[in-house]
Amino acid sequence: MKRFLLAAAGFLSLVGAAHAGTLDDVKTRGALNCGVSQGLPGFSTPNDKNEWSGFDVDFCRAIAAAIFNDPNKVKFTPLSAKDRFTALTSGAIDVLSRNTTWTMSRDTTLGFNFAGVTYYDGQGFLVRKSLGLKGSKELDGASVCVQTGTSNELNVSDYFRANGMKYREVIAFGTLDETVKAYESGRCDVFTSDRSQLAAVRLKLTNPADHIVLPETISKEPLGPLVRHGDDQWFDLVKWTYFALLDAEELGVNQKNVDEMLSSPNPEVKRLLGTDGKYGEGIGLTADWAVRIVKATGNYGEIYDRNLGPSTPLGLERGLNNLWNKGGIQYGMPVR
Amino acid sequence: MSDQTLSPHVFVSSVLLEPAPPPVSDRGPVRWARAHLFGSVPQVLLTLFGIWLVFAVIPPLVQFFLIDAVWEGTDRKACLPADVGHPVGACWPFIWAKINQLTYGFYPADERWRVNVVYALGAVLLLPLLIQKVPYKRLNAILFFGVYPVVAFVLLTGGNFGLKRFLLGYLGFDGLFPIGATVAGLSVAFWADFVVSSALLALGAAALARFVAGPGAGLGAARNTLSALGILGAVLLAADIDVGLQPVETRLWGGLLVTLVIAVTGITASLPFGILLALGRRSHLPLVKICSILFIEFWRGVPLITVLFFATYMLPLFLPGQLTIDGLLRAVVGVALFASAYMAEVVRGGLQAIPKGQYEGAMALGLPGSLKMRLVVLPQALKLVIPGIVNNFIGLFKDTTLVLIVSIFDLLGAMRAAFTDPNWATPTTLFTGFGFAGIVYFVFCFGMSRYSMALEKRLDRARHH
Repeated sequence: MKRFLLAAAGFLSLVGAAHAGTLDDVKTRGALNCGVSQGLPGFSTPNDKNEWSGFDVDFCRAIAAAIFNDPNKVKFTPLSAKDRFTALTSGAIDVLSRNTTWTMSRDTTLGFNFAGVTYYDGQGFLVRKSLGLKGSKELDGASVCVQTGTSNELNVSDYFRANGMKYREVIAFGTLDETVKAYESGRCDVFTSDRSQLAAVRLKLTNPADHIVLPETISKEPLGPLVRHGDDQWFDLVKWTYFALLDAEELGVNQKNVDEMLSSPNPEVKRLLGTDGKYGEGIGLTADWAVRIVKATGNYGEIYDRNLGPSTPLGLERGLNNLWNKGGIQYGMPVR
Repeated sequence: MSDQTLSPHVFVSSVLLEPAPPPVSDRGPVRWARAHLFGSVPQVLLTLFGIWLVFAVIPPLVQFFLIDAVWEGTDRKACLPADVGHPVGACWPFIWAKINQLTYGFYPADERWRVNVVYALGAVLLLPLLIQKVPYKRLNAILFFGVYPVVAFVLLTGGNFGLKRFLLGYLGFDGLFPIGATVAGLSVAFWADFVVSSALLALGAAALARFVAGPGAGLGAARNTLSALGILGAVLLAADIDVGLQPVETRLWGGLLVTLVIAVTGITASLPFGILLALGRRSHLPLVKICSILFIEFWRGVPLITVLFFATYMLPLFLPGQLTIDGLLRAVVGVALFASAYMAEVVRGGLQAIPKGQYEGAMALGLPGSLKMRLVVLPQALKLVIPGIVNNFIGLFKDTTLVLIVSIFDLLGAMRAAFTDPNWATPTTLFTGFGFAGIVYFVFCFGMSRYSMALEKRLDRARHH
């Protein structure tokens, strides 16, 4: 048995080695294989035009635009929370952009690299206004609805224990919709999930005005795209796609003005857009890689506003996800 | 009967009275209601319960799906009670907005006509097959079971697979044929390989038959092998030839298309395989019997979810790098094998119900084994187990939704994905979607069920002289 396992492990590492040149594989294939969620409001959903849309989806489109100058050269593989890592390990996808929390075990023992935090999320509580709660410290004795198999389940029990509170019960359900219906029908006093999801959940409530999200955020959920260990060039490419989106927003380069910006005298803009230097070649692309990205998907702020921002039904404020010089912690590394 | 004219008395009526109708309480609807609805105290209670149930269930459903329903709109605002100004039931514009997603998945918009042609062709070929009076059953069956799958396959995928090597190529004789040369989009290497391999296989079969069954059997074996390979060749040719259609990957398929592809393939494959397995399990040849039992018990012993999960995520880890099998194909094969095992046991039940006399009668007529089964035993056995077979079909049709866990979006999967669109997130979207999916599934399953009942009645005529 042991020998068999060793042989299997050796075989798997061989398979892993076969995927060393991810960028070359992607170029030969003519399309990026991107793993997304099977449906998460604002992050990846099929829209009315039968296309994948959302924040995580647009990030993959940005990578495809950088490589192929065509945001549609992406093949999306919708993955469940259980299958996402298997799919990335087995090479079925090149990048996993599926609201995955950056944790130490995932970064190290599972053998992945996180390319950055595209969205800072955190867990919050949704309660009925009629309970008159001011903050989540007053939740002692509450019954909690949560989706099973998520890190939310663990976080909520940690939080209650850390604050010396007891919950009456935790009621876990298989899907988000079931959990919401249970909360709405009064099975529990409080519903807990990531804040971005609480915003989506409010849309489904019969009387959204009767419910509020408590001010505390009880956990850190830094979400970002992942790649496999062992291909640093590909890791760099995904990482710098993310930085380029941030830098473009910081420098005021957007989908509309990107062509005019090509003649900008600002040296930072010139380096980003490849009119000065050939920084794109460092990640295996051409100098104008960032131009292609911004043309296809817009900068970070535009992607955010289109999918999550105040003008969408979700109406999420930027908060932590604002740029570092506007009160948030999104910080794009400089191109130079 | 008294003779009227003989009566001398004036006070005796000269005409026969019409028989009076039975009392009101003993005829018409009243009698029917008494006999069927209010015959005894438990019956009265049951009837009242039934009436209560109807009134408790039907009006709210009608209220929700029809009266309070919203029929037009472009986004979630159309279905929000606050914006509409009255309680909102079903949000039908959500279904209209997602109907393409639910019917075709991510199938490219410009190519959807191909799916429509497949749907229409299937209906045109299937309907006359199901109606007994329509002639040309044999031709119809060949078209539906033989030609239609190939046509549908080529239409849906786009064909032109660019086959590179056949048996010899994989066995290491790669250099024999000019790799890369093509004639009309067909690889010379593949087809040369195919022809040579076929010839070798036929020769091998002939030699084996001569060795096993003596001289004289060789020619027949060679002919059978060649004709089987000929059919395979025709199918491969249809799949390989460039018909000018844009290829559409199966990962773009979705919605009802996937549900029907998996269900129809599973249904049409599971019946013949199931029959073969059932016969194998009752065979007197030990090897055939053991193989059949192993197959059936293995597939009945593992849950379908495990089969699908293994086929999708584990198989690629064990296959050599360049060899990939299409994800949908893996799921379809898994479902078909799984369904075959269950079908085999249903058919075996029918075989066991046939009395020994039938076998002996067939033998007394001098029918050889295959004809005995085909003409005497199987027709009776299958007729007996029609309810079981259709039960399996219906179960299989509904089990297709399990492919969602391997990221294939069938009708229900597409629906669940549509629920997450924030532009349509309303309190009633969920109920509308599941209601619609329920109606679609019901139409298909109820259709199968009614057809099977009609079929039973027709075939059961022998018992109702």
